[in-house]
Amino acid sequence: MNKKPILTILGGVDKDGVPEPIRSVEVSPGEILGIVGPTGSGKSTLIADIEQLAQGDTATGRTILIDGVKPDACTRVDPRKKLVSQLSQNMHFLADMNVEDFLQMHARSRGKAECLSEKVIELANTLTGEPIAPHCPLTVLSGGQSRSLMTADIAVISDSPVVLIDEIENAGIKKQEALELLAGEGKIVIVVTHDPMLALMAARRIVIRNGAMTNIITTSANEQHVCNKIVEVDNWLMSLRETIRRGDIVEDMA
Amino acid sequence: MKLVVLAGTQGSGKTSVLLHVIKVLVRDGNKPAVVKVDCLWTDDDQRFDRLNIPVRVGLARDMCPDHFTIYNTEEMLKWAEAEGADVLLNETAGLCLRCAPYPDKCLAICVIDVTTGPNTPLKVGPLLTTADIVVMTKGDIVSQAEREVFRERVLDVNPDCMVVEANGLTGKGASEIAELIEAGMNVCDNIVLRHTPPLAICSLCTGETRIARKHHMGVLRQMDGFTEYRGE
Repeated sequence: MNKKPILTILGGVDKDGVPEPIRSVEVSPGEILGIVGPTGSGKSTLIADIEQLAQGDTATGRTILIDGVKPDACTRVDPRKKLVSQLSQNMHFLADMNVEDFLQMHARSRGKAECLSEKVIELANTLTGEPIAPHCPLTVLSGGQSRSLMTADIAVISDSPVVLIDEIENAGIKKQEALELLAGEGKIVIVVTHDPMLALMAARRIVIRNGAMTNIITTSANEQHVCNKIVEVDNWLMSLRETIRRGDIVEDMA
Repeated sequence: MKLVVLAGTQGSGKTSVLLHVIKVLVRDGNKPAVVKVDCLWTDDDQRFDRLNIPVRVGLARDMCPDHFTIYNTEEMLKWAEAEGADVLLNETAGLCLRCAPYPDKCLAICVIDVTTGPNTPLKVGPLLTTADIVVMTKGDIVSQAEREVFRERVLDVNPDCMVVEANGLTGKGASEIAELIEAGMNVCDNIVLRHTPPLAICSLCTGETRIARKHHMGVLRQMDGFTEYRGE
């Protein structure tokens, strides 16, 4: 992995062209940052600004700095130098290739060894119900399979110091495990979410409204306590889901 | 005068990307003019018209659209000059993927839709392989991994091109393309095509409708690859 940079988001304008209230956000290595707000408020747009390292040249006018300076053009476009990997909302692959060929080609585009494809498939299969086979065409994978493959691909092949996640909760995969896998060591993780557990797992969360960053909330001790409780409930729900999937009978309250 | 030739497959987002690029060019003080070449019908001139720049439409009709574009390039440049433009943006509807309408002294831009899958760059031919800039559109519909695999395939067939990821809806990539246009060379006399056109004078082009093989003339190729000249 590349060196661990500090990421700075400089504020731009909201959907009406009015300067957004939050003018600067600095994110340090190892931090999980949440992005919350109503649907259509502009959360994915903020993620897109970060993914392309916007330099005042997107609709929002935001600027993204790496270690306090503007990144050069190469860092913005060459996958071998990319600082950012992204798990987007897309739940399906469109490429007419099989899983193994695709992963090998992706490894090549990132300047990595092609044999990493085996590791990606192995890891993806720990996150999803039905196993993925190397010769399987990408387009026939289920939503959950695709999503777990994309997650494992980011953890193993992309392995960038900044990871962007858009709405992992809708994926039908083990979300907490997926988040821990992506967070890795010392990575910056920025996660768009409506899910209380994921939002409270973040150290801070940016609130988006009408395209603007309107507030930054630091997760309080009380919120962390609530988060621990949600994790318990979530684990219980997951075990119930597994019981029902296996075709077993649900016994008592845990 | 600068000449930009923008080509790409149907529905890849050529016009949408170009509209955003024009806004940036105008903002930077350039004077662009647009010629849109299509085969049978277009209403894209109305979309360009709203930007208050000189616009002209050419319909190739019975003629091959690439040949039509090439044949009319001189006239387009004269027209743009008369309109006081300093950049001529020529958007073409290349069809058969065997030709490429790019002259040597122009900025050749190929627009290609990422959702068509990573095998597409292998199928598009000189339209892609002889372009200076390859613009990948609709990247927001696929995963980052798919975009990167697609980019790798583009560089496999055209290692020297600049790859720009653009979005016709949000305008992403437009300022990058505009910058490359501003840095591009001026057009001169005696421009030549970058790529040799197909070896064909086609009997279908001259109105032959009968399917039986004996009626066909020109440089003809069979399913097994055997190629021969039949005619006078």
